[in-house]
Amino acid sequence: MIEVEHLSKYYGNFMAVDDINFKVEKGEILGFLGPNGAGKTTTMRMLTGYMPPTSGTARIAGYDIFFDSLKARREIGYLPESNPLYTDMTVRSLLEFFGELRGLDKTFLRRRINEVIERMRIEEYVETLIGKLSKGYRQRVGVAQAILHEPAVLILDEPTIGIDPIQIVETRQLIKELGKEHTIILSTHILPEVSMVCQRVVIINDGRIVAADRPENLSIGVSGQDKIRLTIRGPMREVAAAIRDLNGVETVEYESTGTDGPARFTVSARINRDVREELAKLIVNRSWGLLEMQPIGLSLEEVFVKLTTKEEVEVGA
Amino acid sequence: MHNALSIAKKEINAYFSSPMGYLIGAVFLILTGLFFAQYLLATQEASMRGFFSPASFFLLLISPVITMRLIAEEQKMGTLELLLTSPVTDLQVVIGKFLAGLAMIAGMLVLTLYYFVLLMWVGSPDLGPVFTGYLGLILLGSAILSVGLLASSFTSNQIVSAVVALGILLMFWLLGNLGTFLNAIPWAKDILQYLSLASHYSDLVNGVLDTRDIIYYVSFTVTALFLTVRSLESRRWR
Repeated sequence: MIEVEHLSKYYGNFMAVDDINFKVEKGEILGFLGPNGAGKTTTMRMLTGYMPPTSGTARIAGYDIFFDSLKARREIGYLPESNPLYTDMTVRSLLEFFGELRGLDKTFLRRRINEVIERMRIEEYVETLIGKLSKGYRQRVGVAQAILHEPAVLILDEPTIGIDPIQIVETRQLIKELGKEHTIILSTHILPEVSMVCQRVVIINDGRIVAADRPENLSIGVSGQDKIRLTIRGPMREVAAAIRDLNGVETVEYESTGTDGPARFTVSARINRDVREELAKLIVNRSWGLLEMQPIGLSLEEVFVKLTTKEEVEVGA
Repeated sequence: MHNALSIAKKEINAYFSSPMGYLIGAVFLILTGLFFAQYLLATQEASMRGFFSPASFFLLLISPVITMRLIAEEQKMGTLELLLTSPVTDLQVVIGKFLAGLAMIAGMLVLTLYYFVLLMWVGSPDLGPVFTGYLGLILLGSAILSVGLLASSFTSNQIVSAVVALGILLMFWLLGNLGTFLNAIPWAKDILQYLSLASHYSDLVNGVLDTRDIIYYVSFTVTALFLTVRSLESRRWR
């Protein structure tokens, strides 16, 4: 549905986006993740036809964003960063205006406006000036505007910024629901949002894609090892030494939870080397008490920090 | 065209959702009304000249206020991003906003028809100069608006936009006067005279319908609107 090929953008000599490639399949919700200034907004602005790429291209529903710009734009619903709206218009007149610009016919538009205001629960405010609405309601108007013409693709630039926590939860729920009808790109720098809402993540840093995968796969891929957390009742040092001797185990960390209590162990194994069975066998054979065993990936935060700061670490070393 | 009209309609509504539209209209009517009345009482002549002569200059002063917000405000509020990512061309955006300004000026001029009705009541004015005078104001108004729109596309600051527009307009307005210093170089004087916004207007006020004047204003307007489209496009390229 969205194909991005070798897309680059320079502002003068400053490289904002450098040769990025990714695809979004129909019905997918893609999280576009990166620290501030990574090139997220620039990428979205190129996809929506607001600014042309320096080189490379992208296709939206098969239409080239440069050569078939008008057709591509018709397939896109866009919620720009910070949700700009005409504050001197009422909700209804704003929706009518954008509906007309997107070529919806009059009777369909009237029906469609009623549908979206009902869906976004802004019926009571249709005749209110947008300038008088709270941020949360403006957000809903922004989304209403984006879905008005039933676009195949929704591009949402930081949709949960500046609204209160309850509305954030509602917005995420809404995005998930919208994902049933639209293909969505969602940019954010809030990590939990991605694991909650998106099926796939593209992480961008300094204009380059540093990782692209499902959120849960990213954790393993980045760390280069599998981690397992264990709680074991037994002589702590002896247990640790025995685990360390297992084939495939790289490091063992441990801490006690009190005198004679069970101790917690964190075991790192080489990637793709599942040592869980061997661990269990060892512990049972020595008749220690295995209270808990849980494989842990890196949290998305750790992945993110690791990916976006890698270069600086290398330079420092 | 359909898109341009939607944009024009939206802009016209915006003028009247704030006091701006009413204020501009009121100022124009009061000023031209005073001059019209003064001329009529002083000369006892059933002529619109007392309106047409000062009206052109008032139009020049007021129009930058009409056009200053048209693009600058959208850049400031960020709504330009929504507008330009809608399936509309830059040309349609520029035409739509231009038409909104033109509708404002046409609206103000329609209200001044009341001066003409007054004249019909007290005397029998010559119809020719009235027609060419209004035509002149519309043509001049188009030229002035197109410059204002161009200035508005340069910046996200409305004041800057108005000042730039006024600067350019006054320069073109006074080019003819500048020509009088150049009596020694007749061709330079002629060029300046031809480029002046004011000189073409005086023909029309005098009831002279010359295609050269019409061509001048139309080409002036088209050039400025074309530059506005390019300016909008260049913002995309930046």
